[in-house]
Amino acid sequence: MNIKSQKDFFSGLMFLIIGGGFAFGATSYSVGTAARMGPGYFPLLLGVLLAILGAFVLFFSLVVERPDHDPVGSFAWGPILYVLGANISFGILLVGLPSIGLPSSGLFVSIFVLTLIASKAGDKFILYEVLILGAILSLICYLAFILLLKLQMPMWPVYITG
Amino acid sequence: MDLMSNLALGFSVAATPLNLVYCFIGCLLGTLIGVLPGVGPVATIAMLLPATYALPPVAALIMLAGIYYGAQYGGSTTAILVNLPGEASSVVTTIDGYQMARRGRAGPALAAAGLGSFFAGCVGTMILAAFAPPLTELAFKFGPAEYFSLMVLGLIGAVVLASGSLIKAVAMIILGLLMGLIGTDVNSGVARFSFDIPELTDGVGFVVIAMGVFGYGEIISNLSLPEEDREVFTSGVTGLFPTAEDFKNMIPAVLRGTALGSILGVLPGGGALLAAFAAYTVEKKTKLRPGEVPFGQGNIRGVAAPESANNAGAQTSFIPLLTLGIPPNAVMALMVGAMTIHNVQPGPQVMTSNPELFWGLIASMWLGNLMLIILNLPLIGMWIKLLTVPYRFLFPAIILFCAVGVYSTNNNSFDIWMVAVFGFIGYVFVKLGCEPQPLLLGFILGPMMEENLRRALLLSRGDWTVFVTRPLSGSLLFVALILLVIVLLPSVKSKREEAFVEE
Repeated sequence: MNIKSQKDFFSGLMFLIIGGGFAFGATSYSVGTAARMGPGYFPLLLGVLLAILGAFVLFFSLVVERPDHDPVGSFAWGPILYVLGANISFGILLVGLPSIGLPSSGLFVSIFVLTLIASKAGDKFILYEVLILGAILSLICYLAFILLLKLQMPMWPVYITG
Repeated sequence: MDLMSNLALGFSVAATPLNLVYCFIGCLLGTLIGVLPGVGPVATIAMLLPATYALPPVAALIMLAGIYYGAQYGGSTTAILVNLPGEASSVVTTIDGYQMARRGRAGPALAAAGLGSFFAGCVGTMILAAFAPPLTELAFKFGPAEYFSLMVLGLIGAVVLASGSLIKAVAMIILGLLMGLIGTDVNSGVARFSFDIPELTDGVGFVVIAMGVFGYGEIISNLSLPEEDREVFTSGVTGLFPTAEDFKNMIPAVLRGTALGSILGVLPGGGALLAAFAAYTVEKKTKLRPGEVPFGQGNIRGVAAPESANNAGAQTSFIPLLTLGIPPNAVMALMVGAMTIHNVQPGPQVMTSNPELFWGLIASMWLGNLMLIILNLPLIGMWIKLLTVPYRFLFPAIILFCAVGVYSTNNNSFDIWMVAVFGFIGYVFVKLGCEPQPLLLGFILGPMMEENLRRALLLSRGDWTVFVTRPLSGSLLFVALILLVIVLLPSVKSKREEAFVEE
């Protein structure tokens, strides 16, 4: 049997597994009856429905002919890592990680680190441009979030300002 | 007159200096993201949602609303000058708008889009003001069964109009509904699907999903495409004003677009995007006047009609939200989130319990449209300059604003991981051709649907026929069924697929 549409094949599989997972999980809560629904009733209903739809998508992906096989294509791991990495490092630096005793490094350090990492995802990386961008963004953030919206955020590293 | 005194109240709220400032900021931001391709109102509103926490509710909603309708103005600029839709709802504007720009008529095209949008925005606001009160009356007659059926209709409507595969869109809705159920069940106190993670007992954060899927997921997929060579008509935008002949052509188109947009905006799943598509199709079907430029080669009607329609639709899509508390599209789903943050329960009671919010928001839309026409026509040069900024400077800024949005409210390190996870999931959705908008709608409606289903069946003692035997509920479900049947008809199906592929 050939996969006629890769995108549909994998999305069907995804819906089937997630739907089944939710339905299975829902059975561990009390389901109840229609008149007296338990916490498991609605999730069980939806989970089964999602799994059925997933099975349909999967079935059609094997049956309905597509000219180009609708390939999923390769994952852009570079951008994924840099974009999500920038987000994670920003969060860790700004909020700190209490579990390992890391205090907040403040808004400005976080902005520069985010800009540096994120810019790596683009097709051109010119260091001085990125630094200028970081400075401009720091200024905008200071004006917009600290002065105008008065958000409570540490601006400088806690371990320097004490 | 009641309407007059209500509007007077609205203007007295909207015209306070603070609210004017936030209305202006919203419109400015809306235009900005409308002009920039690749950033949509959904991601922007999600980003700013936490930031509005510190504002009074009226100011926050005025600003967020401004972003949505402001984006409809800005989107046309990019569509006309760069042949890229700045906003999804401006896709059809690229067809004739860009051709006009290539023929040296960028000015009149921009003016037609701006003036059409302004007219449509004013009409849409008026319709909102006039029709909201009677609809609210109707909403008070709704029981749980009606609400459940209405939500079914809304969700079906949303997928019928989604591009791509219908069955996948339905699946995305259900996935969204399921994700909305994560967290503590209000009736039994059981923490569902929380995997014993304490943070998950409060449910998955709305901002986290919106930001991860719409913000990061889209940035990653944009970045993985090679940067196209853009041909920007930055110079040569002279002679903004359309000729008398242009006016003769565009006025009926603007009127048709406005009417169509106003109607389609109210429909569940409608809003700006569908309105623009429909308006362009209608214009294409009407006869060309002698000596008029054919469509696809720079006909001014092909710009004026969809741009009017998308703005009217953006305005009237507030009607279901404000009267019934049901969001008709993803942006309105975010507005539900915004209202909830500010302890305003969306629904028919908003008008009675928060009249200053309700009428203030409506009045601000009119003021906002006035600001937008000034922002977009005389100051067009500024926005054109912005288009020359390369994407490599823009996306770090977008990532930063997303990140600030997530961490500014709750200093919770758990959200860091959640946003990253949803960013990845969002990218997977893009790769698999699953549209994320239905997911967001489902996510918002999940708990509401469960609650109403539960109540309806409790009242009927477990009898499912209650949904069809109650007349109002039955007719809502009937409409939903008809929608599904229409879309599944072979002739309509092929047309629908054609329409989405072609554009």
